[in-house]
Amino acid sequence: MTVTTATPPASEASTPRRRASRGRIDWGQPVVYVVALAVVAVAIGPVIYVFISGFRTNPDFFTDPAGLPNPWTVENYARVLGDSSFWNQVLASTVTALGTTIGVMLLGVMAAFVIARYEFRGRGVLYALFTTGLLFPLTISILPLTVLLRQMGLFGNWWGLIVPQVAFALPLTIIILTPFLRAIPVELEDAALVDGASRVGFFWRILLPLSMPGLMTVGVLAFVGSWNAYLLPLFVLQAGGAGIDNYTLPLGVQFYSTAYGQDTTGVLAYTALAMLPAILFFTLAERRIVGGLQGAVKG
Amino acid sequence: MTATETTGPAVSAAGPAPAPSTRRRNRARAGQRREVALFAGPAVIVYVVFVLLPVLLAGYYSFFNWNGLGPLDRFVGIDNYVRLLTDPVFHTSVYNNFFIIVLSLLVQGPIAILVALLMNRRLRFRGMLRALIFVPYVLSEVTAGLAWQILLQSVPPTRWGPFDTMLQGIGIQDPPAWLADPNVVMWTMFGILTWKYLGLAIILMLAGLAGVPEELYEAAALDGAGWWKTQWYITVPLLGPTIRIWAFLSIIGSLQLFDMVWIVTGGGPLNASNTMAVYMVKYGLNVSQIGFGSAVAVVLFFISLFIALGYQRFALRRDLEGSLTGGKRT
Repeated sequence: MTVTTATPPASEASTPRRRASRGRIDWGQPVVYVVALAVVAVAIGPVIYVFISGFRTNPDFFTDPAGLPNPWTVENYARVLGDSSFWNQVLASTVTALGTTIGVMLLGVMAAFVIARYEFRGRGVLYALFTTGLLFPLTISILPLTVLLRQMGLFGNWWGLIVPQVAFALPLTIIILTPFLRAIPVELEDAALVDGASRVGFFWRILLPLSMPGLMTVGVLAFVGSWNAYLLPLFVLQAGGAGIDNYTLPLGVQFYSTAYGQDTTGVLAYTALAMLPAILFFTLAERRIVGGLQGAVKG
Repeated sequence: MTATETTGPAVSAAGPAPAPSTRRRNRARAGQRREVALFAGPAVIVYVVFVLLPVLLAGYYSFFNWNGLGPLDRFVGIDNYVRLLTDPVFHTSVYNNFFIIVLSLLVQGPIAILVALLMNRRLRFRGMLRALIFVPYVLSEVTAGLAWQILLQSVPPTRWGPFDTMLQGIGIQDPPAWLADPNVVMWTMFGILTWKYLGLAIILMLAGLAGVPEELYEAAALDGAGWWKTQWYITVPLLGPTIRIWAFLSIIGSLQLFDMVWIVTGGGPLNASNTMAVYMVKYGLNVSQIGFGSAVAVVLFFISLFIALGYQRFALRRDLEGSLTGGKRT
């Protein structure tokens, strides 16, 4: 409440000299830091708790669930890291996420290319066809999709994850990429055509490299979406009868927690290790993830 | 959205046929058509087969009593829908979806706007604070859900979980059974979802705020407006489009709600935390009633469609300009 009066007069009184130093840091707002830190604490508190509690023994955990490890032990983490199923699940998640990413980038940019840069009848319809996809999320079609995948022999294996995930990621991908490709100047295309390139050649040699930033954004979104997916793997892999060594990580963690529920700190360690790749990936690709979401919202 | 100009020529070229070089143009057209088919074809096929076809199939299956494996021959008309719409468990599920929608809009929105307004200034460590706030959103619902399941586990009064023990540490001696009490569980679920998605809301609001020109603040300050007044009369109205889009995403997400509930409570206790999607999956996965489950999917679809179109018509019209419902401007 005290901020109210403090802010504007400060900046008003700051006169030209002060306004010149634009990069100056606003230390005068402790309330802002308190609020921001409170939100941060709530956001990462549970995550930190999971990581730390993974270092506890079960008897220790049940004596004081909220306490710090006493004694600290790496046994839980060592056991999970020595478990071949865990690594197989990391592999499954990686392969399906990469497959989805590559598939969606390729199919998405090709479709967006003709929508953005060709004039043909039905172009508007084509674009509308993909955008309506936003109205048909996976949740609605999961049951018939499962039936379909079973009939096509894609049930119980990784292709059954990758292909539908590519399909469901296409609408957003095309919505993000189309304006991006359209913004590349026509002069560039004309120059390429004059130099004897075909339009297809223009696509591969010039357009594709130029659209890398947009492609990276949709790629990262598709990767994260696949990495975190649960509903589709639940049906395709778990109900599809794939063994736990073929499960993706979310499915594997969930399975571990159901099968070894008594071993709470073991589940915590498994959960922590399953969180780790997402957190690492996020720190590497934060700009793209945040930028992509904001871009998606702005259309 | 920017294509309005480019569509024009194409349309006029299709009208009065220009006589001279028709044949050559036709040949060029055929070549172009082949390229269009080559480039858009794969995406269209994958999309139609795996996204659109299942939706149609859901509509078809919903009129059958079918387990998904045997012959599809037990046509039951609208029986599945009648059974569904008269099932009190389904009513609770629909209620729960709307419970989350309303609370999200009323609670998460204002908190996110407030935090974003406070953080929308030069702050030391701003980038890091922003990244940390965003962490819950990046985690999979499964790992986040398992974490909360363990944090909130308790068998009062004999055994308290981690969260309860912390509360007792600050003097709250008798916390409710977060996940085991049917009257409490949806509030708990809302709390978890707020934890998971508040970061996204804040990030979106901050992005919206970045688009508000700084001159406006200076003008307001010159006119002697206080901070709150400036925010309320200048910033928040300019944030309108962002708020409306966030609200739209939030509503659609709440209607689809599945992963978190499935992991944390499985819809229990006593079906108290079922959502429409959880209800559907229970029938589809556990008892293989694909026909009945498809009917749930169809109802879920129409509720979502109704809300999406209504919302777009009344709230988003100015912001989106047909990017969802029509290619009119593309």
